[in-house]
Order: sequence, then structure tokens, then C-alpha cells
Amino acid sequence: MKEKKITGGNTIRKSTRRWWPLFLGPVTAAFCIGFVWPFLQGIYLSLCKFRLISDAELIGFGNYVKAFQDASFTHAFWYTALFAVTSLVLINVLAFAVAYALTQNIKGSNLFRTVFFMPNLIGGIVLGYIWSMIFDGILSRFNTSILLNSKFGFWGLIILMCWQQIGYMMIIYIAGLQAVPEDMIEAARIDGATKAQTLFRVTIPNVMPSITICMFLSLTNGFKLFDQNLALTAGQPFIIQPDGSTIKTTEMLALNIYNTFYGSNSASQGVAQAKAVIFFVLVAGLGLAQLGYTRKKEVQQ
Amino acid sequence: MKRKVLALMLAAVMSLALLAGCGGDNKGGGSGDEGGSPSAAGGSVYWLNFKPESDEVLQNVAKLYKEKTGVDVKVVTAAAGTYNQQLNAEMDKSNPPTMFVIGNQAGVKDWADYALDLTGTAIANELNTDAYNLYDESGKLVSIGYCYECYGIIVNPDLVEKAGHSMDEIKNFDGLKAVVEDIHANAATLGFDAFTSCDMDGSSSWRFTGHMANLEYYYEQEGKAWTECPATITGKYMENFKNLYDLCINNSLTDPKDLATGGHDASQEFKDGKAAFQVQGSWEFEGMKDSVPNATMIPYYCGVAGEEKAGLNCGTENCWAINAKASPENQQATMDFMVWCVTDPEASRMLVDTFGVMPYKNAAESTNALLADANEYSNNGCYVMNWATNFQPNVDDYRAALVSALNQYNADQSDANWELVRTAFVDGWATQYQAANG
Repeated sequence: MKEKKITGGNTIRKSTRRWWPLFLGPVTAAFCIGFVWPFLQGIYLSLCKFRLISDAELIGFGNYVKAFQDASFTHAFWYTALFAVTSLVLINVLAFAVAYALTQNIKGSNLFRTVFFMPNLIGGIVLGYIWSMIFDGILSRFNTSILLNSKFGFWGLIILMCWQQIGYMMIIYIAGLQAVPEDMIEAARIDGATKAQTLFRVTIPNVMPSITICMFLSLTNGFKLFDQNLALTAGQPFIIQPDGSTIKTTEMLALNIYNTFYGSNSASQGVAQAKAVIFFVLVAGLGLAQLGYTRKKEVQQ
Repeated sequence: MKRKVLALMLAAVMSLALLAGCGGDNKGGGSGDEGGSPSAAGGSVYWLNFKPESDEVLQNVAKLYKEKTGVDVKVVTAAAGTYNQQLNAEMDKSNPPTMFVIGNQAGVKDWADYALDLTGTAIANELNTDAYNLYDESGKLVSIGYCYECYGIIVNPDLVEKAGHSMDEIKNFDGLKAVVEDIHANAATLGFDAFTSCDMDGSSSWRFTGHMANLEYYYEQEGKAWTECPATITGKYMENFKNLYDLCINNSLTDPKDLATGGHDASQEFKDGKAAFQVQGSWEFEGMKDSVPNATMIPYYCGVAGEEKAGLNCGTENCWAINAKASPENQQATMDFMVWCVTDPEASRMLVDTFGVMPYKNAAESTNALLADANEYSNNGCYVMNWATNFQPNVDDYRAALVSALNQYNADQSDANWELVRTAFVDGWATQYQAANG
């Protein structure tokens, strides 16, 4: 293809060389305006004391010290980590199971796929409120509420996230499963492999790219979770400590940052900004580590 | 071929995203373009309003002003509960609000630097009382009240009489308790209950953590009104708060165990005649005047000695401030607009009907019966309970902790759980004060 149109190709290539800024420009500009600049400003603000971002006063690393000293932030971190790992495992195992079932030529599997996917189309806030009513409708029969017990809050959020995310991950897994070459599976069958052996030795290594992306998505989703957390429990129940301070038992990192930014005095906005930068480093680091790890397990066809 | 189509679609999506980023700046504004085009006088007004229920009226007032004087007034209303976020964002723009709301001491702390000193200005001279103004530590008049409200217990006297009681029986906590408990005990035969639901979700919990809590703060002041947020409180009147709170949750339409996530519409219950009492405020009047025409408001009776002389809780979080960083022309235009709002018969009529009352010499008369009740208590020599609740430090965090403690108490009304409420109420104050000021 390349060598066929030598005559026209040269001029086209030349003008492409000259005009590339025109094509790349808008995207680069959007990327800078929408990501690079706010990101850099965010880092700068994390070193400042400010109320309005236009008159920020540089104070150094004090905000980071305060952020690390904040007991609620460490609590939120471990709570979020526990949540992210639990939801990562549950969502991926269940989504893969559903996808596997729906690629076995079941009648009406298209309908099932659509129905399973649909929860993903509902916004997080709405979902949180709907589920809080569902949970409380059940729990009120036992004279309790999702806001009264942090265990309920945790598993409630897990159920909600599974319900919302499984359909989405399922679609990715289905695409992966359908791409596994038919002849490879047939060869395995002829060689006398059992169904389980085929699944673990042939199918799963072949859908490893899908597993990588799904794990990445569910891990980062778990860490970044905000709307559902806010609408379902908003951190309740609190542990009221004897000195009057509180630990919000079901508050995750993003909500903690939000509450720090808007909850307290103006000095805390810089702290919230510092927390946000720490949060970014954390999510990016974990995401990349996970990508690197699962990439190694991928096989070439 | 397919790939080309795909690439084209991706490119289209990307450019759409770009365009979307450019648009969408004009939300919420009533009168069109950014900040309004400069008028003949050279100034324009941008009012960041924090009462969503008044938005429609304010837009009309702005239109009227434009017709009469040609000066542009842009009114933007922050969605419920997001005023602070919106103020934060708007103040950073090149056309910041010229007229905004600083409603309590926490607001003064945050925004005093951005507010013009209103001492001796035209609008300050129109006031008929100094009671609702806010000053900062240096004595600068930061913001001035443009309306005030009162809260207490709204009663449907028709239902009280239907239950065989009279309003005259309710002169203190014991009287209130007797009537309320009798109505609740006979709710099944009467067809209505004593109190409306006392939900603890975000749409309703403030009636208790913000308003009813005021009775504790008020009495704790012992007659010497706070002028700044105290670092600690003693909780001396917690028992009285508990008296009234227990009475409300245990004699209402909804079992106390079901209050945590809410979902009941207390105002609607009251309007439908399902309950005779509701913890609420004067702003409810417009909505209920047709369905409960005889509604009246009584004080928070809670078992304090001498409470027969108690009045309603009067105060405001509605105070105008002028942006000190706006241009002089815009400041002047804003001042002119404010004065017009409280002196022009037509405009002040419209505003008084939505706000309830405006404490200005030449403003229209109020038609709000619940505010009239507040005045009558004062005229009869009863003490007004000021809004000490406005001093709550880090108000959102403080109230959230209180809600969490009350949820546990509602589910199991044990002494241990009330201790948690007390901790959140009293020690929580000191903690949040430190967080806000430390």
C-alpha cells in the first residue's frame, strides 16, 4: 500500500509534515486546558493557604504534614483500600462468570446482556438514594438502618457497586471471550482437556488483556468512588469520641477530601488540596503497578 | 473503511467535547449576558441569591428595575445547600457578584475582607432595627439583614380543639406534653397524630440540629447574648433539649426507629391535617396558608423555669453584603438597587411577600401570620429567643456528627446513647471550634 502511490504520496507526506500543528493543536490545547494546567495549579495550591484560588499564599509543606497527621484521612485510606480490593475481586469474578455463561449460546443471551448492562447507565447519586431506600426498607424490619452500622454501610456499598459495575465489565469480558480462537478450544477438546482445564489453561490466558483492563477500571473506580458513597451513607455512622471529635466510619478518600475542603475553615482548603495530590499519586501508582503486573501474564496468540 | 469511519466518529466526539467546554457558562442567570452590559450610569448589579424558593420573584424584581431605570440586574440563585461552593467559585471570576449574602458569624469570618463597610450608608439608614446586622471583630458593618424569620412549633389549633383541648392549656412544657401525649394516645380514633415525622435526612435534620438546638444555646447565654462564637459550651440545658426532642420523636406519625433515612414529607403531613404540631419556621406560611388558615406558632417549651414568658426564635441568615473588590460604579449601582428594593412600594411588596418581612422603615407591611405571632409575643412582654445557633462552629461537620448521634439514640433511647448526643453537642462544639480557629 505504501509503495503503490509514490507520485501523490510524497506531496501529501510533505504537507502533512508542515500542517501537523493544525491537527494536533486543538487536542493539545484541550489537554493542556483541561488537564495539565489544572493539575499543575492543584500541586501549587497544595503548598498554599487560600480561600479563593486567585489569592493564594505560599506556605510550603505544612499542608502535607497536616494531611498525614489527620486521623480521619488515614482511616479513610484503609477503608478505601479494603473497599477497593473487595470490590475488585467480587466485580471481576462475577462479571467474568456472567460473561462466560452468556457466551455459551444460551437462548436470549442478547436480552440478558442488555439488562445486565443497564444499571451502569444510572448516575451514582440517584443509585445511592435508591439503594439506601431499598436497604432501609429491609433493615427497618430489624429495627436498624444502613446509617447505624458501619458493616451494613460497607457491604451495602459493595452490593451497590457490584450491581452497577458487573454489567459493564461483563461487556468487556464478552468481547474478550468471543475473540478466543475457536480452533484453539477445539484442539484442546480433541486433546482430551476437561471443561475446567480448557477454561483455566486456554480461555483465561487468552482473555488476559480484558482482565487487565477490567481490573484497572475496577481498582481505580473503587479508589475514586464518591457519588455513591455520598448518597448512600455520607460517612455515617460516626464514632463520637470522648473529646467530641468524630471518625466517619464509612467515609472514603474522595469524600474525605471533599469534606475537608468545604467543611472547615479556610486553612483546611490547602490541606484538602494536599490530600488530593497524595490521592492522585496513590491512585496513579497503584493503577500502574497493577497494569504492569497483569500485563506480564498476557500471552501472544 | 470501517476504521476510517471510526476515526471520524472519534474525532467528532473529541471536537464536541471541546465545544461543550466552551459553552455552558450561562446557567442559572436570569437576565442574559455576563454581568450585564454597562448601563448609562456605568454600573451593573450581580446578586448571588441563596434562597432558591425566592428565585422567581427576584428575577421579576430585577426585570422591573431594568424597566424603570435601565440598569441591568443579574440574579443568580445557588441550588439548595450549595451557596458556599457557588460563592467560592463566583468570587474568583472576572465578573464577581456585587451583592451577596453573609449570613452568620462563620460567613463573616470567611468573607469580611470581601465586604464593604456599610456603616452610615444609604441602605443602613433605611433600617428600622440594628438587630439583624453582622459586624466583624473590628466593628465593621459587614452585612445587613434584609429579612428575618422566626421558628418554633407550628400548631394547627383546629386539630387541637378537635382533640378536646384548647390552646390556652399550652403555656409551658407540662401543658404541651399533656396535650401532645393525649393526642398521640388517641391518634387512631382522632385520625391525626401530634407531631409530623421528624426525619433525620438532609432535608429535615436541620429542624432539630439547627433550630431546636437553639433552645439550649439560647438559655445557656443566661441573658447575655453571645457576640462571638464561644470556644466551649457547657450543655447546662441539655435536659431541656431532651425533653422537647423526646416529646417530638415519640409522639409523631413515624416510629423513631424509622427516621434515619427519612423519606417522609413533614410539611405535606401538616398541610393534610395528619398532625397537629410541626417543628418549623415562618417561611412555611406561604405554602400552608390555604390548607391550614389558622396556623399559629408557639415557642419551644422545654421545661425551663419561667418559660411562660418565652417568645419565638427570631433571627436571620439573610444579610446583604456589597463586594468590596467590585468597581466603584458597580458598588454604587448595587447600593442604589438595594435602597430601591426596600423603598419602592411595588418592589418591596413583591419582596416582602416572598421573604415574609423586611426590617426597613419604608418597606411594605408583612402579611405573614406566623411573623405576626412573633410580634405579638414581643408585645406581650415575652423574651425573643435570638438565633445563637448561628454561632455553631464548622456548622456542617458539627451538625453531621449530631445527626449521627441522634440516629443511634432514635434507634435505642438509652442513657448511653444520649451521652453520645451530649458529647457530639457539647464536646463537639469545642472540637469544631478548635478546628475552625486553631
